[in-house]
Amino acid sequence: MDFSLNEEQELLRQTVREFAENEIKPLREELDEKEEFSIPLTQKMADLGLFGILIPPEYDGMQMDYLSYCIVVEELARVDGCQAATVAAGNSLGSCPVACYGSEEQKKALLPKLAAGKLWGFGLTEPNAGSDAGGTQTTAVKKSDKWILNGSKIFITNAATDITLGSTIQTVTGEREGGKKVYTCFLVKQDTPGYSAKPMHKKMTWRSSNTAEIYLEDVELTDADILGGEGEGFHQMLETLDSGRLAIAAMGVGGAQGALETAVAYAKERRQFGRPIGKFQALAFRMADMATEVEAARSLLYRACWLKDSGRPFSMEAAMIKLYASEVMKRAADGAVQILGGYGLMEEYPAAKFYRDQRLLEIGEGTSEMQRLVISRKLGL
Amino acid sequence: MNLFVFVKRVPDTESKIKIDHEKRTIVEEGLNFVLSPYDEYAVEEALRLREAKGGRVVIFSVGAETSKVILKKCLAMGADDAVLLKDEAPESYDGLRTSKVIAKALQTKFKDFDLLLFGRQSMGADNAQVPSMTAELLGLPQVNVVTKLEIEGNRGTAEREIEGASEKVSFSLPAVISAQKGLNEPRYETLKGIMAAKRKEIPVLTVEDLGLSAADLAPQLKMTGLESPPVRQAGTVIDDEPVIAAKKIVEFLREKAKVI
Ligand SMILES: Cc1cc2nc3c(=O)[nH]c(=O)nc-3n(C[C@H](O)[C@H](O)[C@H](O)COP(=O)(O)OP(=O)(O)OC[C@H]3O[C@@H](n4cnc5c(N)ncnc54)[C@H](O)[C@@H]3O)c2cc1C
Repeated sequence: MDFSLNEEQELLRQTVREFAENEIKPLREELDEKEEFSIPLTQKMADLGLFGILIPPEYDGMQMDYLSYCIVVEELARVDGCQAATVAAGNSLGSCPVACYGSEEQKKALLPKLAAGKLWGFGLTEPNAGSDAGGTQTTAVKKSDKWILNGSKIFITNAATDITLGSTIQTVTGEREGGKKVYTCFLVKQDTPGYSAKPMHKKMTWRSSNTAEIYLEDVELTDADILGGEGEGFHQMLETLDSGRLAIAAMGVGGAQGALETAVAYAKERRQFGRPIGKFQALAFRMADMATEVEAARSLLYRACWLKDSGRPFSMEAAMIKLYASEVMKRAADGAVQILGGYGLMEEYPAAKFYRDQRLLEIGEGTSEMQRLVISRKLGL
Repeated sequence: MNLFVFVKRVPDTESKIKIDHEKRTIVEEGLNFVLSPYDEYAVEEALRLREAKGGRVVIFSVGAETSKVILKKCLAMGADDAVLLKDEAPESYDGLRTSKVIAKALQTKFKDFDLLLFGRQSMGADNAQVPSMTAELLGLPQVNVVTKLEIEGNRGTAEREIEGASEKVSFSLPAVISAQKGLNEPRYETLKGIMAAKRKEIPVLTVEDLGLSAADLAPQLKMTGLESPPVRQAGTVIDDEPVIAAKKIVEFLREKAKVI
């Protein structure tokens, strides 16, 4: 067993950490308060190469391994979950399905632009189909050589910015014998007539990440817009989410690390009863527990990445670490708020934002209940 | 242009330094090491010169195998090549020794260069000797603590910081310059750069390969003691009415601090 990261991974961590500290941290609070998605900051992240991590080099990407990808997301989330979300959604949900299932033309047309920082949404969730993704109501009906799409999507990350080129949309395209629905994904460009995406506001969490509602009214597409083949949609979406969970877990690990560091730094400075509050065993032990859990989560995450990178089955481990890291960050952020006392509740201090941003992790890309369902099924239950 | 940059691996300024009193060195275990910050300005300047004028940027570091990490970082920033001048000796803080290794490498193996760039000093040792000593050993013009650099043909002009003013110097190439903060804003390595660096081999030349003998490298400097700065004493708080407090402060400044 060798747990060491290679030189490139170490360098990657250092680079992204420096970038996050110098370029993201100074803007974090203001963007969050204004609920603003920042195009210049997204462009800076793109200049670094953060949107081409998983894209093959033929399409201007880096095609790094999942461990490297998760290190990037972890380091971003250590400072700001929102920018981590933009990057994680950009890679796992935006470019990945196109790279994995797209035709040569689709890949050539889209991937170099996505690698350079243009965004692409992943439209699975609907108002009436969340955890139960099979409940999709958006339909695509074939009329001569055209497909006509109708329906809506909700909570779609990166889908309504000025640099969004479009979204992958899961639809129902028919029924098999026995009543099983046929799901097909389409690549829909932002300017397609009948298609509209609008940002959702007043979020508690991920406030400077873009979340959108999408409406499709008689959107006309052709066979060339289908991702992969007709009927492959459900499987594509599930596979995408399996891998995407690793990046959500990386947000948990990074966010927990950030919350822990916030707590430790504050506990060394803040004095009560004549000494730094970190000297009180009640708080010191709590931070020791936080640190232990962060380390455990990181180990599980890196191992799950290793499983995927080495071509082994990983979906149970991905569900486990998505579940676990989310909850580790919950306890770490809660600990940070508690250790900062009254200041922990003030937005001027970072603990509150960690606390709010954590909450998404137990819901997005499959709720914690759904992860437990996946794991228990693997146990044969 | 052939641009050579010389960089050093140093402890991160945010690390907590512990001292091994017996060996008179810092304890390396548990420390995070980085590219010396002033060296980053030198690398960035070389990359900008290459972008403007063409040519190659080659990075050198004198040190142990562990220095390869910072060479990789420079490659990831965009340098064309990197060479480790391998010297396994522990940190001697002897700038002349390092300069001899560099000068010898340049005289014997890497003779073709236009500009040698250094950081103004390495973070940690802070001796600021290696650029000047190297220039002297090679008989080259040198400009230190440079905040602005321009190269035209085979001449350069540089601005450097001096006490309370800035000095403008013109010089002929080849030359040595040492970079000061403000010269530029170093870039981040890109992921593409990191991947490209991964594929690059870093050749290693030992001091023996360079033909340096033990006598050549015998330290000219002996570390006789190494101490952490004294822990700052808690200050005196004067908590009185203004009239009395002012008197006590004057008394303190006159009798204890002896500054008035
Ligand atoms: C900020 C943000 C970004 C998002 N980005 C995207 C995106 O880019 N693309 C996308 O497609 N979606 C996205 N989502 C949607 C997200 O994946 C869904 O919100 C999530 O899957 C849950 O669906 P739901 O909200 O409809 O909740 P529901 O499915 O209605 O769940 C409600 C509650 O019921 C529980 N529940 C449901 N079924 C069961 C069961 N069988 N057993 C036990 N408990 C159950 C759930 O766990 C949950 O606690 C995003 C959401 C948010 C908030």
